Amino acid sequence: MRNRLRTTIIAGVAATVVAVGMSFAVQPVEGQQGYQAPRTADGMPDLNGIWQAVSSAHYDIEPHAARFGPVVEMAAHGAIPGGLGIVEGGEIPYRPEARAAQQENLQYWMERDPAIKCYMPGVPRATYMPYPFQLVQTPEYVLLAYEFASASRIVYMDRPDFEAPVDSWMGHNIGRWEGETLVIDVTAQMPDTWLDQSGNHHSNSIHVEERYTALSENHLMYEATITDPETYTRPWTVSLPLYRRIDENMQLLEFKCVEFAEELMYGHLRKDPDLTPSFRASGHGSDRQIALEPPQ
Amino acid sequence: MKRFVFVVAVLCLLPVLPAVAQPGDTSAPRTPWGDPDLMGVWDFRSLTPLQRPSALADKAVLTLEEAATYQRERVAALNKDRRTGDGLSTAGDVANAYNEFWWDYGKELTDDRRTSLVVDPTNGRIPDLTAAAADRRADVRDARRRDAWSPVDRGVSERCILGFNAGPPMNPSAYNNNVQIFQAPGYVVLFNEMVHDSRVVPIDGGPHLPAHVRQWRGDSRGHWDGETLVVESTNFTDKTSFSGSGPGLRLVERFTRIEDDTVLYEYTVDDPESFELPWTVAIQMNVSAQPLFEYACHEGNYGMANLMESARAVDRQTAAGGIK
Repeated sequence: MRNRLRTTIIAGVAATVVAVGMSFAVQPVEGQQGYQAPRTADGMPDLNGIWQAVSSAHYDIEPHAARFGPVVEMAAHGAIPGGLGIVEGGEIPYRPEARAAQQENLQYWMERDPAIKCYMPGVPRATYMPYPFQLVQTPEYVLLAYEFASASRIVYMDRPDFEAPVDSWMGHNIGRWEGETLVIDVTAQMPDTWLDQSGNHHSNSIHVEERYTALSENHLMYEATITDPETYTRPWTVSLPLYRRIDENMQLLEFKCVEFAEELMYGHLRKDPDLTPSFRASGHGSDRQIALEPPQ
Repeated sequence: MKRFVFVVAVLCLLPVLPAVAQPGDTSAPRTPWGDPDLMGVWDFRSLTPLQRPSALADKAVLTLEEAATYQRERVAALNKDRRTGDGLSTAGDVANAYNEFWWDYGKELTDDRRTSLVVDPTNGRIPDLTAAAADRRADVRDARRRDAWSPVDRGVSERCILGFNAGPPMNPSAYNNNVQIFQAPGYVVLFNEMVHDSRVVPIDGGPHLPAHVRQWRGDSRGHWDGETLVVESTNFTDKTSFSGSGPGLRLVERFTRIEDDTVLYEYTVDDPESFELPWTVAIQMNVSAQPLFEYACHEGNYGMANLMESARAVDRQTAAGGIK
């Protein structure tokens, strides 16, 4: 009796060991909801494509009701829509002085928002701005090309020890795979970027850990955990889905917005600044010509 | 059983080996899905001028000795650390305000010692401009000579809209003559360091954008011709001019990895509205061990504000009867 029990137990344990061994054999770790993306030719989850967030997070990443916009003539088009926010837990855990700074940024956001001047938006803001971006995977790199301001960032997939040589607007990006998830560590970002149009800010110490996981053929889940002890009392996370742009012949178009920001930034230095009021009233959005003739 | 599992797991971790080249191929490297592999950081600096100096007339190639002399003399002439003590004029001294440390325009000719990057026409010179293109160029020169009436007068690279070496087409210039090429099935991306611009080229993609949709860098479509990537770009605006081109430009670029560490970059300018003839350039791109850096041109463009401030200050002084 005891021998048969022992044999049974041993057989059961052996079977479990074999089963566990087989499950570690060649199956990749499953994604969050069980979906596994097709593989690239070099065996990694294939996240290639043109993606875009559909969200009001670019206005304000914290939950908020609709509110007035800054330009009277823009009326309904210029007002800020409400949003559920993308901050897990709903509120950014600011240090008190950092929250006060955010409130002041919000009040003066038109003058202070760097993206209004077509400055590169940094990470994670670039992900949820209302413009598409293209993810291109190679064996050694992931390239993220954003339509806004032609901002781009190169993610090094095979150099985990490559330290940032210098600060930059789009950060120093080191990537790795964790099962189905592309993880990107972003360091050395300029302190000048914001997280949205509502004055949410950070310091040069910010460290962002992004996670991109395929939920289906046409959806990614995007999560970004932000650590910055100078600004926040603890790490916190934003998360939102990203949608594949499946439009026929989809491609990024140019949004080289420097041209659109020149009047704002240098208009007061033009030889004939009196032209400014006529530009604003023209109502024409494209190919605005700055007069080259001398004033009479 | 466990050992079998371990062996299978190890085999799955081995990198996928490049496909074996077909018989007759030059065994150029291949991407994991079998396209010619152009990936890497490529440095296209060169001492070879775009156009053949008129003194060299029909001399297409220099001898080894001539090349060595040319390189030595040219590098010395271009050295930005020269000062009036070295025989430089005062104006030249001021123009050398950037020290030599900041420049990276190339100190060597192409390996084949050509006297120009232009290879067709065979005289190494860009063909004559049409009358329309000449007028356009004169307008741009007038704008540049003006005292910065607006940012538009300063040109697209000082405005930080396009890099001065990135075009398209790419041409060696002052520094950061770097492009990183990325490939995925269906796409090649030409990432120019100046100005952090990813030119995404669909391979065998659909038609170009509608004719009225114009872009600063045009609209590119690519296909493979054997070992060569061919990129055709149209839909340029009338706000850029590459050596005199206009919005009707049809640019054909060719990228061929002729050696492990060398890409041959050729481009043909087809723009009958601007040039009497099409013309072709060949540029050698050498592999670089350096990563690209972010070129945050606009974010750091103190130059634009400073030069416009000073231009307006001069205007005020002139109006007040000061500087004549």
